Amino acid sequence: MMVTPEGWEAVIGLEIHVQLNTATKMFCGCPVSFGDVPNTNVCPLCLGHPGTLPAMNEKAIEYATRIGLALNCTISPHSIFHRKNYFYPDLPKGYQISQYDLPLAVDGHLDVELEDGSILRVGVTRAHLEDDAAKLVHAGGVDGRIAGADYSMVDFNRGGTPLVEIVSEPEIHTPEQARAYLTQLKSLLEALEVSDVNMEEGSLRCDANISVHRPGTPFGTRTELKNMNSFRFLQRGLEAEIERQISALERGEEIVQETVHFDTGSGKVSTLRSKEEAHDYRYFPEPDMVPIELSAEYVEKVRAGLPELPAARKERYMRDYGLSPYDAGVLSANRPLAAFFERLSTQTGEAKLAANWVMGDFSGYLNAQGLEVKDSAVSVEALAELLGLLAAGTLSGKMAKDVFAAMVETGKGAPELVAERGLGQISDTGELETMVSELIAANPGPAEEYRQGRDRVLGFFVGQIMKQTRGQANPQLLNELLRKALAGSSPDN
Amino acid sequence: MISRSEVEHVARLARLRFEEQEIALLQQELSSIIDYINQLQELDLTGVPATAHAVNVVNIFRLDEPRACLTQEEALANAPATERGHFLVPRMG
Repeated sequence: MMVTPEGWEAVIGLEIHVQLNTATKMFCGCPVSFGDVPNTNVCPLCLGHPGTLPAMNEKAIEYATRIGLALNCTISPHSIFHRKNYFYPDLPKGYQISQYDLPLAVDGHLDVELEDGSILRVGVTRAHLEDDAAKLVHAGGVDGRIAGADYSMVDFNRGGTPLVEIVSEPEIHTPEQARAYLTQLKSLLEALEVSDVNMEEGSLRCDANISVHRPGTPFGTRTELKNMNSFRFLQRGLEAEIERQISALERGEEIVQETVHFDTGSGKVSTLRSKEEAHDYRYFPEPDMVPIELSAEYVEKVRAGLPELPAARKERYMRDYGLSPYDAGVLSANRPLAAFFERLSTQTGEAKLAANWVMGDFSGYLNAQGLEVKDSAVSVEALAELLGLLAAGTLSGKMAKDVFAAMVETGKGAPELVAERGLGQISDTGELETMVSELIAANPGPAEEYRQGRDRVLGFFVGQIMKQTRGQANPQLLNELLRKALAGSSPDN
Repeated sequence: MISRSEVEHVARLARLRFEEQEIALLQQELSSIIDYINQLQELDLTGVPATAHAVNVVNIFRLDEPRACLTQEEALANAPATERGHFLVPRMG
């Protein structure tokens, strides 16, 4: 955990870009798809050819409305698109169609739960719609195919993908808080089913505005840290930039408002100091688009269709399943895992046990093999069967873990494995009673010691029975029977 | 009249380069266009809501249904240079 040097406070605002997982692009009918053959999901519109007219994707409007509502925003009854003008090869029109002074959603917030359990409310200034740029692949020189010069290759498949940009208020003060905000925003978006939210693939991207100041004094000059493509890099990038700003100020230098770059390799931030023109986007209303006017009825319909959000799910898990805040938080944050847990809990009728197994061995197995819940070799039903054997006392905790590992490995069911390997606890009271009385009869000395109050002798008897049964006696039942039998074996009785 | 540096600034944003005498001419021409448009400022628009579009319609949406795309060959047909199925452009910044 990073400690901000005494007397300084960081002020951080995050801009999150979310690619919507609609079937088609924002303004044309080309498919939205990741990893396809370059320049095959393109048409004259998303290639920026003249004479084309954009047409709004109604699904994108709905998804943006969902996001706005989930972030407690007001959905604007009237919003419009603007042109944001700049030249770059990933933007064939020469402008991005975005929203400026009349965005779709405004004035929301996200309640972020921090590690110590406290809640940080981060204001959401706005959430607006825009179209994504194309993907640039820098090539040339190095690979020798294009001698002597550096070139970029442009793939327009991504160009025109619907994006929602979520802008937070500068109310975040540490890299850890930033990370928590992004983590919880991600699980919220996942629950809304509006995006793949995959940072590696770029469907969730994060830029940060950062400044430092001494509390009580005006905000410092801010810099913009671009495109951190993982939670770890977000945190490390922020740490590095905050450190850089503070030490520059302590040396008496000034912070220049500019874009800084975090090098994931060296862990350092570098300022670009380019002669780049100060941004002058010359926004003006997009003449090709008519305004969006969402009625209260429309907004209420979208609100009614919102799925259960992670915060509400966490509450429900604590209330209905009696889970601890920690367990409920872990399970509710990941939608597929939550669904798996709920089905397992229903099938076993053992919520706490189901929670432990889903968070423990089951998650451990998924993580170790890099699998998603849907790819698991062990189904809910199969795990429920195993937990059934555990709850009934047929298997001990240790045995159940071994059987689970075997299920993963062989794809076989728990009952089959138990039969095959001669596993299974002996929970038959009669059978154990016979063994216990025979053992006590054969060992009158230790039995007498126990009755004299040497409780530890019990371990000797347990050990003997376990040896006899190859560890398969139900330990709880065995203890109970031994105590009863030893007490009852007194010559006085 | 708009200043020389304003003309230069707008030219840079539009990636245009002008000769010395052209800049002076553009100062005059752009100024007269702006003056002409500025006549609109004389109108009394009290009570008239701002409008972003000349046509009084809203909510023209498209269903989220895929349509046929160009082939890669068609997409790249007019490109001055290509590389492995991509448009090839000079590297920026």
